[in-house]
Amino acid sequence: MGLNRNWWKYFLGLWMLLIILGAFLYAPPAKGLGETARILFFHVPVAWLATLAFLISALASMQYLRRPEKKYDIWASSSAQIGLIFALLATVTGSIWAKKIWQSYWNWDPRETSIFILLLIYAAYFALRSAVDIDEQKAKLAAVYSIIAFITVPFLVIIIPRVYESLHPDPLINPEGKIKMDGRMLQIFLGSLFGFTLLFYWMLRLKIDTARTKLVVDNLDK
Amino acid sequence: MLLVRNAYIIFLKDFHLEFRSRYALNAIFLFAITTLTAISFSIGPLRLKSEILSPLLWIILFFSAMSGLSHIFVREEEQQTADTLRLVTSANAVFLGKWIFNMVLLFSLELFILPIYLAMLGVSVGNFRVFLFIILLGSFGLASVATLIAAIISQASAKGALFAVLSFPISLPLLISGIHGTRLALDGGTLAECLPDLQILFSFSIVIITLSLLLFEFIWRK
Repeated sequence: MGLNRNWWKYFLGLWMLLIILGAFLYAPPAKGLGETARILFFHVPVAWLATLAFLISALASMQYLRRPEKKYDIWASSSAQIGLIFALLATVTGSIWAKKIWQSYWNWDPRETSIFILLLIYAAYFALRSAVDIDEQKAKLAAVYSIIAFITVPFLVIIIPRVYESLHPDPLINPEGKIKMDGRMLQIFLGSLFGFTLLFYWMLRLKIDTARTKLVVDNLDK
Repeated sequence: MLLVRNAYIIFLKDFHLEFRSRYALNAIFLFAITTLTAISFSIGPLRLKSEILSPLLWIILFFSAMSGLSHIFVREEEQQTADTLRLVTSANAVFLGKWIFNMVLLFSLELFILPIYLAMLGVSVGNFRVFLFIILLGSFGLASVATLIAAIISQASAKGALFAVLSFPISLPLLISGIHGTRLALDGGTLAECLPDLQILFSFSIVIITLSLLLFEFIWRK
């Protein structure tokens, strides 16, 4: 019975294993970037999920301001917590790749700046949450901040890297709007994107369930 | 226009209060002077390039703003006058009044600190009109961000530390394009060359003000 409800978790384990094998054995090295480009199968999905988590958090925050119900706040903060993990992973993988290809772990390329700011925003969000004592007020102020921060992100992620020069390759969202990927690379990339998104969904559900249970237990005490 | 009239009254109230205590005024002016002196003292007779001069100016401006611009809302909470203000007038009138006050405060700081900065560090400005234009638009945005974040942190504990932490990621698009534009202007860049920076500064400021007018109600009402 447990297997029936959780079949997708086993499936995900197998899927990710295949993706890892495929990323190293099946996909060809990218033109110009060589073997190091294989990191894109992990780096890009992780960065994309950091942004998605942030989007979910901002949407839940907007919903909270419209209808102040506890569940929306739980959604917003849970998604932000998982987003923080993914943003950290994106920063670390990106930094390792930068060392290999640009000879330095960190050189404030506009892309590096934007992911760093995403990290700062997440950190500020949690700093704000920990500095407010009353629950309703905490949820309300955090929601407002999350929305402000979310409006800032397009400036940092989309506008600034295009106005000032960046060395970062962006094969998917480039100015010409063309996908410059080999067919086999694209298969693995999309598969990895799917796998990571499912993983994110799983983590988010776990986080939300824990927060809900905690809420129930706290109410029992009173 | 009741809103504008009320906002003006709020502004006058804060203006009179400020001149009675001069708290924010002292904080922000002395902070700017101290920082500028520390910089000037440590570099001695060296002539700095515009790549360094421009960020130094924005660091001074940003942290001076952070030292005083939160006072406008923090004072209302500390002296427990916020509730009366909530009863007397609409949220947006309060925001606009305080936003104008912060802008006046920041502009008067610049009127005072810019000549000293130019003289102490021996800066020669290539294109003075564009330079002023960038500073003006940049501080317009900075005052807007600071006022909005000040409203948030006035309801949290550990206000001082939180203000800079929350404001920094949000004002980064301003700082990046402000620093870039100032550097160009110091080197004698024309208006056309600095246009992308001015566009980012302007559009970002407008976005923040619009967002403030939409969100301030939620921060302000209890």
